[in-house]
Amino acid sequence: MGTITFIEHDGTEHNVAIDAGSSLMQTAMDNLIPGIDADCGGECACGTCHVIVSKEWFAGTGNANEDETQMLDMTPEREDTSRLACQIEITEAMDGMVIRLPEFQM
Amino acid sequence: MSIANDIISEIVAKTSVVVPVDMQIKAAHLLEKTKSKVGLATASPEFIETPLPDVAMLPIDKVDVSNPFLWRQGLWGSYFKRLRDERPVHFQAHSPFGPFWSITRYEDIQFVDKHHELFSAQPIISIGDQPSGLEIETFIAMDPPKHDRQRAAVQGVVAPKNLKEMEGLIRQRAQEVLDDLPVDKPFDWVQDVSIELTARMLATLLDFPYEERHKLVYWSDVAAASPEATGGAVMRDELFPAAPAAAKALSTLWREKEARLAAGEEPGFDLVSLMLNSDETRDLIKRPMEFLGTFVLLIVGGNDTTRNSMTGGVLALNQFPQEFEKLKADPKLIPNMVSEIIRWQTPLAYMRRIAKQDVQLNGQTIKKGDKVVMWYASGNRDERKIENPDQFIIDRKGARNHLAFGFGVHRCMGNRLAEMQLRILWEELLERFDAIEVIGEPECVQSNFVRGYSKMMVQLTRKA
Repeated sequence: MGTITFIEHDGTEHNVAIDAGSSLMQTAMDNLIPGIDADCGGECACGTCHVIVSKEWFAGTGNANEDETQMLDMTPEREDTSRLACQIEITEAMDGMVIRLPEFQM
Repeated sequence: MSIANDIISEIVAKTSVVVPVDMQIKAAHLLEKTKSKVGLATASPEFIETPLPDVAMLPIDKVDVSNPFLWRQGLWGSYFKRLRDERPVHFQAHSPFGPFWSITRYEDIQFVDKHHELFSAQPIISIGDQPSGLEIETFIAMDPPKHDRQRAAVQGVVAPKNLKEMEGLIRQRAQEVLDDLPVDKPFDWVQDVSIELTARMLATLLDFPYEERHKLVYWSDVAAASPEATGGAVMRDELFPAAPAAAKALSTLWREKEARLAAGEEPGFDLVSLMLNSDETRDLIKRPMEFLGTFVLLIVGGNDTTRNSMTGGVLALNQFPQEFEKLKADPKLIPNMVSEIIRWQTPLAYMRRIAKQDVQLNGQTIKKGDKVVMWYASGNRDERKIENPDQFIIDRKGARNHLAFGFGVHRCMGNRLAEMQLRILWEELLERFDAIEVIGEPECVQSNFVRGYSKMMVQLTRKA
């Protein structure tokens, strides 16, 4: 079974098993990854599951729609490959994907 | 009426570049007085308190949750429960604030809040309209894209990185306030702790003269409590003199900061510095109602909310004493408790929207142009979403998933600051005191918007 790696802002790594069909936010919550708050429960409405996808994996996570872009715009730590984890659906193809967490969630 | 308002707008637009902000507001007040003398102005409503009926006695169409005494009389819980169960999207055709829809369940509120393309935040977010002649413009009541640009200009002040810088200062101020409190004799928690701490914080955020910080509190209280907007008790003759005083002090603050920056002073992390550094807001002072509106938003946003959560937390722990024992046994629960306090108190009851098109919601058709009120206070007690919602549980699972900060583009900008202030307050309280006993019943404010306390007597017991 494949894994996804979350790297906290301080460098701590967490490997979690791929749970295809679940959202990246839900997987992070299920595995108690620190640094993701998910205040709205996955509705793309709060911006507190902000993650930074590693460059080589960014295209594979799909495109952010207008709602997501709007929420990301409110985040001061936004980077080129920023996404909201609740809007990324996990697939088996994401084996080895690396996700960095920002220092704070807004 | 609308012709007169057009005249005001025209005068304001023509004179805004040369006439100081406060003079313009005084002129608007004069015009309002003239209008009311010749019978052109709508009278300011005055709300007289009478005991409200048990909600079970009312036909569902007669239930009016805009009544500003519902909170004070402790009836809001039963009124909203009836709506959630029986008519979750409810139409009240004859309120003193005109007809409006109430959205009372968690999921529906989240839907409305998210869909700014269906529901506009303009022109204002209170149930009633703004007092005539004082229609401020503020980005909480603007739609994208203008909203996005204005918010982006100021949100840096409460960005987490900035807060990290401020944490030490906030803690120091909390310590000063708590160390001065009387022990073993009753005092008013609202005045001596909640108001004092929020005033100090506001002065810091604005870089406002520290010794004049209580003016910020006063202006905020007045701005949020007009009878026409929220059913409050502040009448026009108090509101109108307060507005130019605020405008004058804030424009002086702005001009002085501008001059210091021009002379080469390093910009600070305060709001005025940030706004003077953004293209979107640099010339804000030339747009007086927007200038005043932005400051009112930032001051009100940081005032009633945190203040009443500081009071509400103490009250909740008195009503659920086993939770206080739990807290003392495990202070690591503080961050989770802070979210639970904010849910339980929900210091701002709602935000208002206007439907931009017909929308079907939970079996009702909301018509284009209708007023829609998202009752966060009700959604945060929705049994369908939250288990035992009336219980205050400091280690509640999913405590962060509350509605009190709103969702979508208007989500509270100061949420992290609020959480940090409350966390620090509780950390410092636990260091010092073994008991915080509420004496008697707290006094609640008159409003359909602010779920606040005007007085709550407490007595502290020092930690052994």
